[in-house]
Amino acid sequence: MTGFVPRPANAVVGEARPHEAASLHVTGRALYTDDVAARTPGLLHAHPVQAPHAHARITRLDPAPAYDVPGVVRVLTAADVPGVNDAGTKHDEPLFPDEVMFHGHAVAWVLADDLESARLGALAVEVDYEPLPSIIELTDAIARESFQGARPRLERGDVDAGFAASSHLFEGEIEFAGQEHFYLETHASLASIDDDGQVFVQCSTQHPTETQEIVAHVLGLASHQVTVQCLRMGGGFGGKEMQPHGFAAIAALGARLTGRPVRVRLTRQQDMTMSGKRHGFHATWKVGFDDGGRLQALEATLTSDGGWSLDLSEPVLSRALCHVDNAYWIPHIAVDGRIARTHKTSQTAFRGFGGPQGMLVIEDILGRCAPALGIAADELRRRNFYADDQPTPYGQPVRNAARLDRAWQQVLDTSDFAQRRADIERHNAQNPHSKRGLAITPVKFGISFNFTSFNQGGALVHVYKDGSVLINHGGTEMGQGLHTKMLQVAATALGLPIDRVRLAPTRTDKVPNTSATAASSGADLNGAAVKDACEQILARLAPVRERLGADVAWPDLVRQAYFDRIQLWAAGFYRTEGLSWDVSTMTGSPFKYFAYGVAAAEVEVDGFAGAYRVTRVDIVHDVGDSLSPLVDIGQIEGGFVQGVGWLTLEDLRWDSSDGPSRGRLATQSASTYKLPSLSEMPADLRVALLEHAAEDDAAVYGSKAVGEPPLMLAFAVREALREAVGAFGPDGITVELASPATPEAVYWAIQAAKGQG
Amino acid sequence: MSTEPVTDLPQAPVTVNGVTRPLAAAGKALNALDWLRGIGLTGAKEGCAEGECGACAVLLARPGVDAETEWTAINACLIPAASLAGQEVMTSEGLGAPDALHPVQSELAVRGGSQCGYCTPGFVCSMAAEYYRPGRKEFDHHALSGNLCRCTGYRPILDAAEALGHPVEGDRFLARTTQAPPATSASRIDGWVRPASLGEALTLLAEPGAVATAGSTDLGVEANLGGARPELLVAIDQLAELRTFDVAEDAVELGAALSLTEIERRLAGRIPLLEAVFPQFASRLIRNGATIGGNLGTASPIGDLPPALLALDAEVVLISTAGERVVPLADYFTGYRATVRRPDELIGRVRIPVPLAPMTAFHKIAKRRFDDISSVAVAFAIEVVDGQVVRAAIGLGGVAATPIRAAATEAALVGRAWDAATVANAAVVLSGEGTPLDDHRASAAYRKAMLGQALLALEAAQ
Repeated sequence: MTGFVPRPANAVVGEARPHEAASLHVTGRALYTDDVAARTPGLLHAHPVQAPHAHARITRLDPAPAYDVPGVVRVLTAADVPGVNDAGTKHDEPLFPDEVMFHGHAVAWVLADDLESARLGALAVEVDYEPLPSIIELTDAIARESFQGARPRLERGDVDAGFAASSHLFEGEIEFAGQEHFYLETHASLASIDDDGQVFVQCSTQHPTETQEIVAHVLGLASHQVTVQCLRMGGGFGGKEMQPHGFAAIAALGARLTGRPVRVRLTRQQDMTMSGKRHGFHATWKVGFDDGGRLQALEATLTSDGGWSLDLSEPVLSRALCHVDNAYWIPHIAVDGRIARTHKTSQTAFRGFGGPQGMLVIEDILGRCAPALGIAADELRRRNFYADDQPTPYGQPVRNAARLDRAWQQVLDTSDFAQRRADIERHNAQNPHSKRGLAITPVKFGISFNFTSFNQGGALVHVYKDGSVLINHGGTEMGQGLHTKMLQVAATALGLPIDRVRLAPTRTDKVPNTSATAASSGADLNGAAVKDACEQILARLAPVRERLGADVAWPDLVRQAYFDRIQLWAAGFYRTEGLSWDVSTMTGSPFKYFAYGVAAAEVEVDGFAGAYRVTRVDIVHDVGDSLSPLVDIGQIEGGFVQGVGWLTLEDLRWDSSDGPSRGRLATQSASTYKLPSLSEMPADLRVALLEHAAEDDAAVYGSKAVGEPPLMLAFAVREALREAVGAFGPDGITVELASPATPEAVYWAIQAAKGQG
Repeated sequence: MSTEPVTDLPQAPVTVNGVTRPLAAAGKALNALDWLRGIGLTGAKEGCAEGECGACAVLLARPGVDAETEWTAINACLIPAASLAGQEVMTSEGLGAPDALHPVQSELAVRGGSQCGYCTPGFVCSMAAEYYRPGRKEFDHHALSGNLCRCTGYRPILDAAEALGHPVEGDRFLARTTQAPPATSASRIDGWVRPASLGEALTLLAEPGAVATAGSTDLGVEANLGGARPELLVAIDQLAELRTFDVAEDAVELGAALSLTEIERRLAGRIPLLEAVFPQFASRLIRNGATIGGNLGTASPIGDLPPALLALDAEVVLISTAGERVVPLADYFTGYRATVRRPDELIGRVRIPVPLAPMTAFHKIAKRRFDDISSVAVAFAIEVVDGQVVRAAIGLGGVAATPIRAAATEAALVGRAWDAATVANAAVVLSGEGTPLDDHRASAAYRKAMLGQALLALEAAQ
């Protein structure tokens, strides 16, 4: 591949462009999967039969009464599955279970002419259950040693020697919550069968290839008999990486059995009670610092709440362990990871994929220990930063670590950090009922799938005889602006204005064997593949151009090339070189590069109620040489606010009582599960891209991935809350803060701080 | 009043994006959103089906407060499809097209206000309603309080809102506001009826299975999430007798079918305690539909208006074919979602006596500032004369099966000096009022603490 980093003059990449579908979004013209369903005649609607137990054996399931409901066409049960009754890749997720594993588990599906009939039919299906003992709370699972999957250990050096060399030792424990994705578009699939018996599934999926594979194995078909298309998603955030497959399989099975198109679209409650979420974690830790506050050793055990099946819990845990260091050099380290098995939804990928959970542990440690060390938290953090090329605990040198110092200093300068901290001290001294806090935190996030094989991308670029260009690639659009970037890459690579290039929806029959659009890698992998395809075409056109003259118009060039019988389309491919990962030893260099960012946040806390506002946030984030600055800033802001939601507001509560609704998700709707609204937006939000950030050997045209890393900038808000809470108590106290730090949690932390006086 | 049977009413059509259509199959659609999507207008989306996310927002041309007609954004997922009869609906598709964007659409598009785009048509409608609000000086952020976006973090959406100018002459949507609102005539479609008069409404409501509906913000949730399917919905939202607004020397009387938005705008700050409640009451989208009568009729123990109205010593005027009776709000609630209102009665008006107590405050405890449900709500109306508390009325929500007055706390205040000692003592009493629940919104201990803290905060703010 030529010229991976340098950009041509007047490149279209780097232009701040609105989302390629913005005008469709704002006029309601952008079609999502269920909008297509609304235009599909002869449609059948699917409704699940959800079990009212956290754990139970199904002793009888009688669909017959459902058929008495007018409009009901078919009830789907395990007996209908022609292939494998499994919705996952680990063979631990039966599509139709005989044992209920969580409250709300779908045990059968009813298809009807309209949704109301399907709903009534589902109510009519008779199911007898034999309730079984259940585990709901993570700590209960740990006590009972209910674990599943791998038990990785990340280790370097000798922690005992490290502790012996430390002058300050601390121990602690924390349990913190997961997070519901709450993409505005719930899971949706629309399946139909063509005249040849092939299955066509339109699906809101981040991983069309895997959706295709699961649909194929459920139906007992080969992959070439199933095509999956994703027009666009109304948000994904990781929640549609693995979770859509079973719903797509239900739609496909229904279509196969009835010959009619079948729509599965979950209501919000169904989505929240059936689909996986970000893993909550529990951590115990012991840490040692030297006299100067330098980390000497860390020993920790991280246990994720995996829910009822493995899903992506193993790779999520790997990433958590690989980010427990965040930006800090820890010479001696030993971290054990475990996945608890509980009777809850199967927790899954969510923006950051374990990285945020790993980082929360170290940021919590530093926030708690700073006062006891007598060092300001910002100084403690900075003192422990990696130096260039120091190795991570898994052995990968931290390339360009100095970027973090640069971003840190820029935030300190532009946020007027020192002056504002002095102002805050004055405010806090004068106001007994209102305290402010200001904190600054770093992010270092590894880019690439931990599992090396996934780091490949494909594209298909067509140049038509009139000079217009159509591109396909393996990535999916979920709002992150991937398609916008791909259009910019193609226009840049071909040297064309962007309006000559159009992008067609993601389909498995255009680009096969794709990886999930995940791990922030969409633009890196697919962008390089698009560029490869464009460059192949340009190379074939070069002799023609040479013959016709360098200033030949593109349509003339293309037309002549056609008459010369030159292939005007190309399949592009990219694989990330230089990666290595040994999952058995948790060592290697799994990441192509690291993305860096720094945030400073100020909060104001009301001592009466524990309520608070984020008053100002300053961010400097490293996206390399941005492919699309408007898109990248959108990702940074959106990721940050989503992270703030996770850490402060969003509160998943399962019923852990011994009552009849044990295991039920108590916050299963928008009225009980609160995500940030306009009122949580920082009053003053200032985002800058790190300057002079083009990184050779990063990604296409010197850019860097941006999807996930900014979420972790939100730790600045959590740490600012900790500072403000501490100000209610005497100087130098340690503040333990729950996560999420809801107003109630902050109130109790204030009471504890005051109690230390 | 007339009591003739109401059976043979016409099916009024609806005008959607300028095209008049029959409300065919409206009875089959679960709500207006389903119906709109069924005719191919899929811009509005279902994100939550309970009026929390605003992805379903559309505009209705409604009788205005400050103009003949106002474009009012509502949650289409909550209202019955049949209730569109006789109305004018505008959706994101009708506001503009990709090659002819509406100013609201244009600002959102160029500023990165859409990422996944799923919430965007709803934001467009909420923003457009604010754009056309008569007499608007600045863009009121609360106009977007009922719309959730999971992608952007809101900054570009807010920038788009702030960048909006004012509608220019020749704007057809602006022109529409100067014309008379659509006449919502009596009509009947399947299980929904809009009676022509209060008498007809009372007759219909005497039928078994009949339910009164105005904004449908509660009923819609029960239908969408709870599977409620009332046999007959009787729309009372346009009955003139229930839409009165009267300011007299001894009382302010608010018609039960006035929306909270209408009341907020018509009161214009006249009752400071209510002025404090409105921005904290659900969202603009909900307040555009929800009525004061509905809020009392549903009798939720955690509603936000009842604590304030209790503190204001409000009375409820109940109407039946036999006439009217007046019930103090404090006597109105009898148990969990139960009241003294008989099935043959409708709430006609809410009466708030004046003069008002000079010191009022509303403390709502919730996780989120916009559009959240109270864990507890405390409303104060206190009068201090020469340092002595001469009157104290405190309404509480979320601490019992009904909204209650904090009688013991009031007794601990009245007749005493308004000072730190009295307040500290009364705050302890207040924390002991009611029996708050322990649930996913808050612990009982926090709720109890918040009651007392509210009084301490009130004192600190004086």
